[in-house]
Parts: sequence; C-alpha cells; structure tokens
Amino acid sequence: MLSNAFERTRPRQTWAAPGPTDRHPLAETVDSALKIVIVGGFGVGKTTMVGSISEIRPLSTEEVMTQAGTGVDDLRGVRHKRTTTAAFDFGRITVDATRVLYLFGAPGQKRFWFLWEQLFTGSLGAVVLVDTARVEDSWYAVDRLEHHGMPFVVAVNRFGPGPSLDRVRTALDLSDDVPLLECDARRRESSRDVLITLVHHLASSGRTTAKDPT
Amino acid sequence: MRADPLHKEKPDRLYMVTGGRGGADEPSLDSVALIVAESEPSPEMQSEHAAVLRLCARPTAVVELSAELGLPVSAVRVLLADLLDTGAVTARHPAPSTVREGPQHDPDTLKQVLLALQRL
Ligand SMILES: Nc1nc2c(ncn2[C@@H]2O[C@H](COP(=O)(O)OP(=O)(O)OP(=O)(O)O)[C@@H](O)[C@H]2O)c(=O)[nH]1
Ligand SMILES: [Mg+2]
Repeated sequence: MLSNAFERTRPRQTWAAPGPTDRHPLAETVDSALKIVIVGGFGVGKTTMVGSISEIRPLSTEEVMTQAGTGVDDLRGVRHKRTTTAAFDFGRITVDATRVLYLFGAPGQKRFWFLWEQLFTGSLGAVVLVDTARVEDSWYAVDRLEHHGMPFVVAVNRFGPGPSLDRVRTALDLSDDVPLLECDARRRESSRDVLITLVHHLASSGRTTAKDPT
Repeated sequence: MRADPLHKEKPDRLYMVTGGRGGADEPSLDSVALIVAESEPSPEMQSEHAAVLRLCARPTAVVELSAELGLPVSAVRVLLADLLDTGAVTARHPAPSTVREGPQHDPDTLKQVLLALQRL
C-alpha cells in the first residue's frame, strides 16, 4: 500500500527541526554526485557523524521498500507483498566545481538492515561505526560489506572507556588491511579524519576505473 | 521557500500524485542522480511537477528533492519518470551502477575528494 509511504518521519534531531529549509542549491556546473554510506548498529552515532561533517544542515527523508514474499515480513508469517518505510538522513560536501559528495546515514534498527544493500549501490565505500559496548552489532555490517566487495573502514565511536582497537579487530574478525581507527562522531575534524582514511583506503585498494597493469 | 505542497495532505493524495504506480518495481534512478529542469513550470501542470521544476532550476539530487518535497524517494522517482519522459527535466549521472560493477570513480575523483575533505 502506497499510503503507508505517507507516514513521514520528521527529523528527530533538534538541528534538523521541521520548517522552511534554507536551501543551498548546488552550483550549475555540478554534474556528478558521489556517495559514502555510514552504517552500524542502532544509536551508534551515524546521524551525528553526518551532521558533524555536512556543509548543509542534514536532511532527512525516507524510502519505501516493497518486499515480495521474502525478507523480514516473511518471518512474521505475512504472506502478501508489504512495504516498509525506512528513514535515513544525509548531508553533503562540495568536492569541486563539477562534483559533490553525499553522505548517507543508514537506518540502524535491525529490521532495516536488509535495506542497507540498496544504499550501498553505487557508493564509493562505507564507514562502519562501532560502539564498543555493543561490538557485535557491527558484525553484520562488516559481513554484508565484505559480501558485496564494498571497501570500508571501521571507526570506533568512543562513548567511554572500552576495549582497545586490537580487541575490536579481533572481535570483528577484521583482516589486517581494513583500516580501524577511533573517532568522536560529534567532532567535525574527527569525522573528517575517518573519511580521509576511507579515501586513502579506496585509493590503495585499487578499486578504480583506471587500467591496472597487473 | 520550502516547496512543500503535500505535507498536510491525506495519504490518498500520494496515491494520486503517483497514479498508483511506484515502489520497487519501477526501474530506478540513482538516489543521487542530479536532476536539472529544462523548462519552466506552467500553470496547467500537476503542482508536484511544477514544484520539482522550481527546485531543479539548479541541479538537485533525487534524495534532496525527496527531503524538500516531503515525499518518499520512491514517489519522487515516479514524478521524475513523467518529467524525464516529456523532457521537462534531464538527469545527470543517470547511469545505474551496481555494487558488483564497482564504484564509478577514477583516481582523479578520489584525489579531489581528498582535497575537499582536507579543506574542511
Ligand atoms: N558520548 C558520545 N555520544 C555520542 C557520540 N556520537 C553520538 N553520540 C550520541 O549518541 C546518540 C545517538 O547518536 P545518533 O547519531 O542518533 O546515532 P545513529 O547511529 O544515527 O542512530 P540510529 O539512526 O537510530 O541507529 C545521540 O544522543 C548522540 O548525541 C560520541 O562520539 N560520544
Ligand atoms: Mg540515525
């Protein structure tokens, strides 16, 4: 039912209060958009990271997913095609006169995890945010990204004292070539450093369209 | 001004806007395809179409249209399909890419992204 789609989810964050948006349109010359997805468990700081680094006030919207016969609803024994509405937020960073980078904060609730794959499509790469109190929540994200061959970095959003990075690497069974770092998603420089680490990783992992001689 | 004609409408309204189409069965525009208006909004136009044309006076990503219009991305895709059909808008970066194909970027793009981040 499309009418489900109309239950708009208003932005929950105070900095994204409803009301007239002061729009900041892109320059006329911009002709390509890139995206990076931030994933991780519920409440781990994805929205906070988007907000700390975006040059526009983050926007919130939703996607309506139709699930035919398979997926989450199936587990509840629902037979008919159902739609699920998932809210997500995004921000953007101007790259240059022709390019813009969008950052997507994926919805964190477990029932939406299967929707991440849709967000991965066409992305440069991903950031997996980890809360050390619930490292296992991020295991699924790592598993999905590896499955899709999507390059990613893992950032531990420190809410307080917790295990060392080495222990997180072991707990998530991360291979040595996956960058792992600490961050504070509330701080712009810290979020920026996470993205810089990701871009370095993308460059070195060679998943580019350039001809590779080897 | 927020182009916001649908916020206070009833659920049926969305059905009307999209003609009952939409959802996962439509071949989909990328969520960050940049939409550009190629013509002026006209009075006889469906108001949602006119709103899209106004917003797209400058290039605007599909997800931004969605946020500005207060409509789900899937509904915006349906509106855009109509406008693309008639040539009222064009899409930049329309190529659908899949994760398996790999991201559509080159070393220069990565370098420029890096420079932009370092400027923040
Ligand atoms: N102490 C601390 N709190 C943080 C940090 N990052 C985020 N928070 C807080 O944690 C809460 C959840 O952050 P969100 O950014 O909404 O998390 P999310 O991952 O988007 O959550 P969902 O979208 O609901 O899964 C908010 O109250 C933030 O202010 C951090 O680095 N340190
Ligand atoms: Mg969030």
